[in-house]
Amino acid sequence: MTQTIAFYDRVDQALHDTALQTALNRATTRFVGNRVSAISALCEADRLRDQARAIRAYALAHLDELLPQLAANVEARGGHVCWASDGEEARRYIIELARARGVRSIVKSKSMASEEIHLNEALEHAGFEVVETDLGEYIIQLAGETPSHIIAPAIHKTREQVSALFEQHLGMPPTTEVPPMIRTARQALRQRFLRADMGISGVNFGVADSGAIVIVENEGNARLSTTVPRIHVAIMGIERIVARLADLGVMLQVLARSATGQKLSVYTSLICGSARPGEEDGPEEFHLVLLDNGRSRILGGQYAESLLCIRCGACLNACPVYQAIGGHAYGGVYSGPIGAILTPLLQPDLPDAYLLPQASSLCGACQEVCPVRIAIPDMLLRHRADAVRAGKAHPVEKAAIRGYTLTMTHPAIYRASGKAARLFSRILARKGRFRRLPPPLHLWTKQRDFPAPPSKTFRELWAEHRKQRSQNGA
Amino acid sequence: MTTGSRRITFFATCIVDQLYPTVGMAAACLLEQQGVNVDVPDDLLCCGQMAFNAGFRDDAYTIAGRTLEVLRGKGDVVLPSGSCAAMIRHLYHELFAHTPFAAAADELAHRTYEWSEYLVDVIGVTDVGAHFSGRITYHDACHGLRFLGLGKQARMLLNHVAGAEVVPLPGCDQCCGFGGLFAIKQASISTAMLERKLEAIESTKADLLVTGDVSCMTQIAGGLSRRQSAIRTRHLAEVLANMVDAR
Repeated sequence: MTQTIAFYDRVDQALHDTALQTALNRATTRFVGNRVSAISALCEADRLRDQARAIRAYALAHLDELLPQLAANVEARGGHVCWASDGEEARRYIIELARARGVRSIVKSKSMASEEIHLNEALEHAGFEVVETDLGEYIIQLAGETPSHIIAPAIHKTREQVSALFEQHLGMPPTTEVPPMIRTARQALRQRFLRADMGISGVNFGVADSGAIVIVENEGNARLSTTVPRIHVAIMGIERIVARLADLGVMLQVLARSATGQKLSVYTSLICGSARPGEEDGPEEFHLVLLDNGRSRILGGQYAESLLCIRCGACLNACPVYQAIGGHAYGGVYSGPIGAILTPLLQPDLPDAYLLPQASSLCGACQEVCPVRIAIPDMLLRHRADAVRAGKAHPVEKAAIRGYTLTMTHPAIYRASGKAARLFSRILARKGRFRRLPPPLHLWTKQRDFPAPPSKTFRELWAEHRKQRSQNGA
Repeated sequence: MTTGSRRITFFATCIVDQLYPTVGMAAACLLEQQGVNVDVPDDLLCCGQMAFNAGFRDDAYTIAGRTLEVLRGKGDVVLPSGSCAAMIRHLYHELFAHTPFAAAADELAHRTYEWSEYLVDVIGVTDVGAHFSGRITYHDACHGLRFLGLGKQARMLLNHVAGAEVVPLPGCDQCCGFGGLFAIKQASISTAMLERKLEAIESTKADLLVTGDVSCMTQIAGGLSRRQSAIRTRHLAEVLANMVDAR
């Protein structure tokens, strides 16, 4: 089968990148271990997950009421709301705002929604200085890369690689110690916070009944990005909403435990608009960009459940495919199992997006860890069916499936082809195994043997067994 | 030999029938020994999982529709494969939703069992009088584990194998990388996953790797054989039926 498409090239690259393999192995093992202990420490983990799912499902079912309620509450607190139907509208709003306010320097805290609309690129193109302030995101910005993980964007980098980057860009002496690296980054970033005119953040949850936006993080950079500059712009996918402030108790717990194995993240900020008259802290202006960008199209369809996702990244860490190839191989903004579902929906222009749902053994580890119990394997299967319906199946695969269907629905053909296979194996197999098979099965035998069919089928053996038994009068 | 009042339809699955006939014999004969009347319909071929997983739903519908027809009114259905059992129990619902077969598919799902599940949970047998001298380690096949909740049944059965030392497999619930056509279409990822599994298996110093799914067996045995490992791979039923020769 075709191995020349970009996706397969990226996979091959990833599998041969030893630094990536080391970094991935270290990080995902740690995350998985932490998550397991954090979840098992909860005696009611299952009930908590059911509650989390119910909260998210309610929010999705009531978006038409909750979104206007959120917007009204944000405005009542002096904030501004932009309804952006796509990335273009969101980018234009933010750029025009920055221009109108004479912004030069922008600090950002990590936001997958802004990655999704390629905001940095657009802002830089428009002449603004943009600095990512999350350590991981800062590292990959220096490296000129994109995040390879929803919550740990630089998960693919080893500390040796980070040291080399800091040496090159920040003049840090080479080291393999983490604290001096953190110190160096912090010093560089402090200057940026102080001179920034605008801070851009993502949103973990928008709370409809109070107009608050919630940001969870471990480094405190989001807190600085959203309070130091005079303007704060938050970008939120329209599905990232909960109905009530009271829902946060459940959501924050499952998010932190699933993401990093923490009981709660180090910082949880609830931001309600800009600074009120007389308040010393907080920005002068607050803008909330509500980003649709394809989400309302997903709503109500066969992939609607994917919108329950709270971007904890647990499915990435648990996924053996992600563990093997990392996030960049997926090619889209979101990686791992949930990325394989979202990318074909949110980035349908990516030519090989339809291949992502194929890159799964359907082992179900993702669904097992998902805090809101998204049926990820079922949706991967739906994507595969969509790809076949859209005529994207490889001709060899299509022919193979046709042959398989014919065989499995006609007992005579089934028996005949079984006989043919056994004849074939007498010629090609050695010691009951094939070490080499013709294309496309050569892809199997490259690194694995394949069992040769034994001389008799189960059916034949069973018939003999039955005959013998009736002769014995049993 | 006696046959009791229990009757089941044994669905050998296409892979067992063609590639692993001894697995079928072990599983079916063990059921007979427990007094179960085992019926093997001659025209029961395949659950259609390969077509379904590849996204060819029309083909899957054709194959599974035929299987549904063959199994109509046949009582409990037992399969020596977690993944095929999961196909019928979990995915036929999706495949046949909004079709005239929807009700029949859901009804079939309720009387379909994976083999070790039937043995332990339905008949209540955990000791079949098996013996094996050596170290055994067990790999949880993903579909059985996550879609049918299997694993404890196999361990209970293995713990009653006389002479066997059952040792835990690190990462026993990690996928071996098979995944049907995934193993060919994404061969490089599939074998990267397999390498991890093989290293874990070898670390146990077991004589025997046991699992409940012939799909995983094909992948794992294929890798062990290529590595010229001395560790043998067997289906749970073969071990319990004393079909593993001592070395």
